[in-house]
Amino acid sequence: MNEFWVLLTGSLVGITCGLTGVFLILRKTAMIADAISHTVLFGIVVAFMITQSLSGFWMLLGAAIAGLLTTFLVQVLQSGGLQEDAAIGVVFTSLFALGVLFITLFAGNVHLDVEHVLMGEIAFVPWDTWDILGFSMPKAVWMLLFVLLLNVLFLVFFYKEIKLSTFDPVFALSIGLPILAMHYSYMTLVSLTTVAAFDSVGAVLVVAMLIGPAATAYLMSKSVSGMIIWSMTFGVTAAITGYYLAKLWNTSIAGMMAAMIGALFMIVFLFKPHDGWTWKLFKRMKLKDTNVHV
Amino acid sequence: MDALQVKKLSVAYEEKVVLKNVNLTIPVGHLTGIIGPNGAGKSTLIKAILNQLPNKTGTVHILERPLNPKDHTVGYVPQRNAVDWDFPTNALDVVLMGRYGHIGMIKKPSTKDKQIALNCLKDVGMEAYADRSIGQLSGGQQQRVFLARALAQEAEVYFMDEPFVGVDAATERTIIAILKDLKAKGKSVFVVHHDLQTASDYFDWMILLNQTITASGPTEQTFTEDNLQEAYGGKLFFMDQTKSNKSFN
Repeated sequence: MNEFWVLLTGSLVGITCGLTGVFLILRKTAMIADAISHTVLFGIVVAFMITQSLSGFWMLLGAAIAGLLTTFLVQVLQSGGLQEDAAIGVVFTSLFALGVLFITLFAGNVHLDVEHVLMGEIAFVPWDTWDILGFSMPKAVWMLLFVLLLNVLFLVFFYKEIKLSTFDPVFALSIGLPILAMHYSYMTLVSLTTVAAFDSVGAVLVVAMLIGPAATAYLMSKSVSGMIIWSMTFGVTAAITGYYLAKLWNTSIAGMMAAMIGALFMIVFLFKPHDGWTWKLFKRMKLKDTNVHV
Repeated sequence: MDALQVKKLSVAYEEKVVLKNVNLTIPVGHLTGIIGPNGAGKSTLIKAILNQLPNKTGTVHILERPLNPKDHTVGYVPQRNAVDWDFPTNALDVVLMGRYGHIGMIKKPSTKDKQIALNCLKDVGMEAYADRSIGQLSGGQQQRVFLARALAQEAEVYFMDEPFVGVDAATERTIIAILKDLKAKGKSVFVVHHDLQTASDYFDWMILLNQTITASGPTEQTFTEDNLQEAYGGKLFFMDQTKSNKSFN
């Protein structure tokens, strides 16, 4: 049974991050996920300092606010003339450092340590349960299901709006789409996804799960909806294969899952038909052959 | 009825003034060229009219009303290089985006919207490419898709930003035929253009711009050497050799 919960948690992380990550790739803001995955620590610590509780709700709220703050600060620095990557670098290191400082200063004896935040521990997920409506499930599963629901609802209602404001914001603005509101709503979802996922798998795997499957899907998709399906498929595949390989080799589960994301990306990058790397190499060699014979 | 009325429009980026005290009144039913040298503020003028710039003063009326996207009176073709053509979508899907304003938030495109989009794709001669990934289209084909998207908006007044840049001759002919057809249907079209050789053939109305308006009116009155020299700051020594410009006599 414990194995089932770990697999379910991993798969839910794969599905939720895979779904959310698609628009990070398409909007070319993949690194904002890296920033948010670190700054949510700041949000969680501040939420703990204010409420003195580690309840999931306050953590989600604190993380959402920290994510929005990150997005907002990056936007401000950018409109002040800084490049996006520099703005992200400045904002996330500062907020993350503040988070670490606050933990050591005010939350030293609570179960909130930096290593846990970065690496997570998915193997402990089954023992931390919540009873809601008579169902007892791991806390991580509840939170991931909740955030997945939010993500799905957002896409059901605003699919064409987020697609257009991603593809052509200038045109979107001309037909009256609230592109800034779309941007912030989406970044809120990224923050919520991050915090729901990182309690079980850690901030580093969250970034891998948000970016890797979507980037792999981008290589082989002709439509946004196709990219979403592929991205979620790759996320789940990496989670499940990663779990069993970790078990086989008795190593870190989260680490193995992240490694599988990288492996899947490389496989698609190298062997994808028509414009994969090996395919191109093969065609180039064939071309050289014909040149020699002519 | 005036298609466009602009009063005391000024735009500044940071400290730099890009447009200074622009005043325009243009009646409906004209194919208007917006002409001027690089950095004259041609694209900025369109963006300011479409209310996309924060640092703007002055008033704009389209069909004698303040701009309201909910009226669906305005169609827009942004510069082709403003978007990433590797975005995973096909030609028909991009044209369908022209219907989003009519469809409204949350709702999905109907069969009728898809039919309209398909017809617009047909109008630009691209129906065979409906399912083609936009990244696999040539520059000219991409520009046609953008034009088809604007047609799908079923607007009264169209603004097009450099639609002839980097397109093949066949596409240029297709686009100009469509623009003249729009004019024949009583629509008003504004086109940012920088090729002086073709300008007087294409447009029956002209706005000559260099940060401020140097001339605006019917082509035969505005497209004169004096006005052009003023807009281009005396850098037009080659103008004597242009033969296609009938107004130089």
